[in-house]
Amino acid sequence: MAERQKLLEIKNLKQYFNVGKPNEVRAVDNVSFDIYKGEVMGLVGESGCGKSTTGRTIIRLYNATGGEVLYDGVNVHGKKSKKQLKDFNRKMQMIFQDPYASLNPRLKIADVIAEGIDIHGLAKTKQERMERVYELLETVGLNKEHANRYPHEFSGGQRQRIGIARALAVQPEFIIADEPISALDVSIQAQVVNLMKQLQKEKELTYLFIAHDLSMVKYISDRIGVMYFGKMVELAPAEELYKNPLHPYTQSLLSAIPSPDPISERTRKRKSYDPASHQYNENELVEFREVTPGHFVLCSEKEFKLYQAQVK
Amino acid sequence: MLNKDLTISKDMFEPAHVDPNKSEKIAKASLNFWQDSWLRIKKNKAAIVSMVILILLIIMAFVGPLLTPYGYSDQNTKHNNLPPRIQGLENVHWLPFDGTLSRRDGTEYNAYEVRKVDAYYWFGTDNLGRDLFARVWKGTQISLFIAFMAALIDMLIGVSYGAISGYVGGKTDSIMQRIIEVIVGIPNLIIVVLMILVLKPGIIPIIIALTITGWTSMARVVRAQVLKFKAQEFVLASKTLGASNFSIIFKHMIPNMFGIIIINTMFSIPNAIFFEAFLSFIGLGLQEPNASLGSLVNDGYKSMIAFPYQMIIPSIMIALIMVCFNLVADGLRDALDPKMRD
Repeated sequence: MAERQKLLEIKNLKQYFNVGKPNEVRAVDNVSFDIYKGEVMGLVGESGCGKSTTGRTIIRLYNATGGEVLYDGVNVHGKKSKKQLKDFNRKMQMIFQDPYASLNPRLKIADVIAEGIDIHGLAKTKQERMERVYELLETVGLNKEHANRYPHEFSGGQRQRIGIARALAVQPEFIIADEPISALDVSIQAQVVNLMKQLQKEKELTYLFIAHDLSMVKYISDRIGVMYFGKMVELAPAEELYKNPLHPYTQSLLSAIPSPDPISERTRKRKSYDPASHQYNENELVEFREVTPGHFVLCSEKEFKLYQAQVK
Repeated sequence: MLNKDLTISKDMFEPAHVDPNKSEKIAKASLNFWQDSWLRIKKNKAAIVSMVILILLIIMAFVGPLLTPYGYSDQNTKHNNLPPRIQGLENVHWLPFDGTLSRRDGTEYNAYEVRKVDAYYWFGTDNLGRDLFARVWKGTQISLFIAFMAALIDMLIGVSYGAISGYVGGKTDSIMQRIIEVIVGIPNLIIVVLMILVLKPGIIPIIIALTITGWTSMARVVRAQVLKFKAQEFVLASKTLGASNFSIIFKHMIPNMFGIIIINTMFSIPNAIFFEAFLSFIGLGLQEPNASLGSLVNDGYKSMIAFPYQMIIPSIMIALIMVCFNLVADGLRDALDPKMRD
C-alpha cells in the first residue's frame, strides 16, 4: 500500500446549526481526515454525535459552516457551475439509512433506479435505459421483473439493495453509506454488507461507511474513525483500533460490545466515559495527534506522551 | 383422542425444494396507487352511492334544461305559481306531483284544472311563470360550475404558494406565512361583500370572491407536506443524484401529496357551493334571469307558505349535493390515505 492515493481530504470541517442563536448546535466540529482510494473508511460513534451530518456535509446536502472537503484535490463546497456540480454528483453517491423512506413510493423501481441515468443523460434510448436498469437489478441480486413494481412490495433488504442500485446507476467512485444496515434485521444485514463488499471489489469503489454497529464496521472497514460530540477522537486501522484503543471514549465504546460467549460475557466489564476525566487545562492545546503511524488520537501534549509510552 | 397408529416416522418427510431463482419472486399482482385506492373505495358503499348520485346530478345539470320544452328564462305570466305535475304520476295521490295545492283553510284544489292550463310543469313554475324544472337544473349547473372553478383555482394557487413557501423556507417562508395569517384574520364575509360591491354581481366576481380567501387552507396543508418531504431520504437521494428543484417538487413531492390535495379540494367544493348559495340568498349572488341554487331558494322562500315546492326542491338539491360531496370526500380520504383515517 505504498502508493496510496488520497481520494478525499477533509480539512477542519465544521457544520453548525442555528449559528449565533442560543440553541446553536455544533454537529461537526473541526473534523479532519483523509480517505484513500479503494479503502473502506468506517465512522462510528453514539447516536447524535454527528456521523450522519459529516456524511451529508461531505456530499453537499448541507452547506458547511467552515473547513473544506477536497475530492481529488478539488474543493467540493463553494460556488460551482451546473456542469461541475453534475460531474461531482456522478462521482459521489450516497446510500441511505431507512430503506422504507429512501424510495419514492409513487415511482416504479425502474424509474427509481433510472433517475440518475435520466438526470445525467447516460442512456440514449428507452431501450438502453431499461437494459441498464435490468443490469443494475441483477448486480444487486434482484430480478428483471422487479422493475415494474412499486417500493411497498419489497422487503427492507430488497429495498436497501434497490437503493444501492440507484447509487450505482451513475457509476460513482465514492459512496457514502449512511448506516445502510441499521434498519435491517441481522440476517439481512450480512446480505447487504456482503453485497457492498463484493461491489467494492468489482467496481473498485471507495466507501465511507457510517454505522454504530461496531462488529459490522470492523468486518467491512480498513480504517475506523471514532466520533464523539462532533469531534473525531480516534482514527486508526481497524485491527489497530480494536487491539490498542487509546482514547478513553474508544475504550468505553469497545467495552460495550456484547460478546457471544456467555462465560466471557458474564465477566465483561463496561467502561463508562466521562469527558471531565481528561482534566484539560485551559491553555492546553487539544489536538489530533499521530501516536503511531496511521493511528491518530485527539489529545493534549501530556496525554500524547502518555499514549506513546503506552504503545511502546 | 390420540390415534396410536399415527406415529410420525422420518420417511414421511420430504425436503421441500426451493428454487433459488424464485426466492425473490413476488406473486402478487402489481397495483399502482390509483388501483389500490380504487380497491379500498369500492368497499365504501356510502361513497360509491354518493358518487353515482353526483354523476347523475352533473349529467342532469347539463341535460336537464333540454328535457323540457320550456327555457329556464322563458316567462309565461299566465302560468305562474303552478305546482308540480308529471304525466303518469299525477294520478298517484300521495306523491306531490298531482298538481294540487292547498288553500289556507286546508281544502285542496287542482291548480291546473281551476286555471284551465293544459301543460305539465314537472317541478312547477315560479311567480313569473318560469319552468322550475329547467331553472333548478340550470341553477345546479351554475352552482357546480362556480364551485368547481373556485376549488380548481384554490388548488392551483394554494399548491404553488404552499410548495414555494415550504420548499424555499427561511425568511421567505416566514413572510409568506404572515401574509396568509393576515388574509385569514380578516373575516371572510367582509372581503366577499366588498368584492361584490366593487365588481358587479355575476359568476366571475363570485368565483374571485370565493378564491381570494379560499386558497389559504390548501396552501397551509401543502406547505406542511412539503416540509415533511423535504427531509425525507428519497428527496435527499434525488438531490445527491443532482435533480433540479423543479423535478424534486413535481416528480417527488406533488405526486406524494395527490391524495391530500384531492381530499382538500373535494371538501372545498361543497363549501364553495354553500357559500355561493348563501351569497345568492342574501342577494349578492347572481342576477336575474340567471339562476343558481341559492337564488332559487331565495325566490322560493318569499312564498313559502302558499307555494312550498318553490323552495323545497332547490333546497333538497343543495342538501343532496352537499351530503354527497362530503361522503365522497370522506371515502376518498380513507381510500387515498389510509393512515389518516379517524
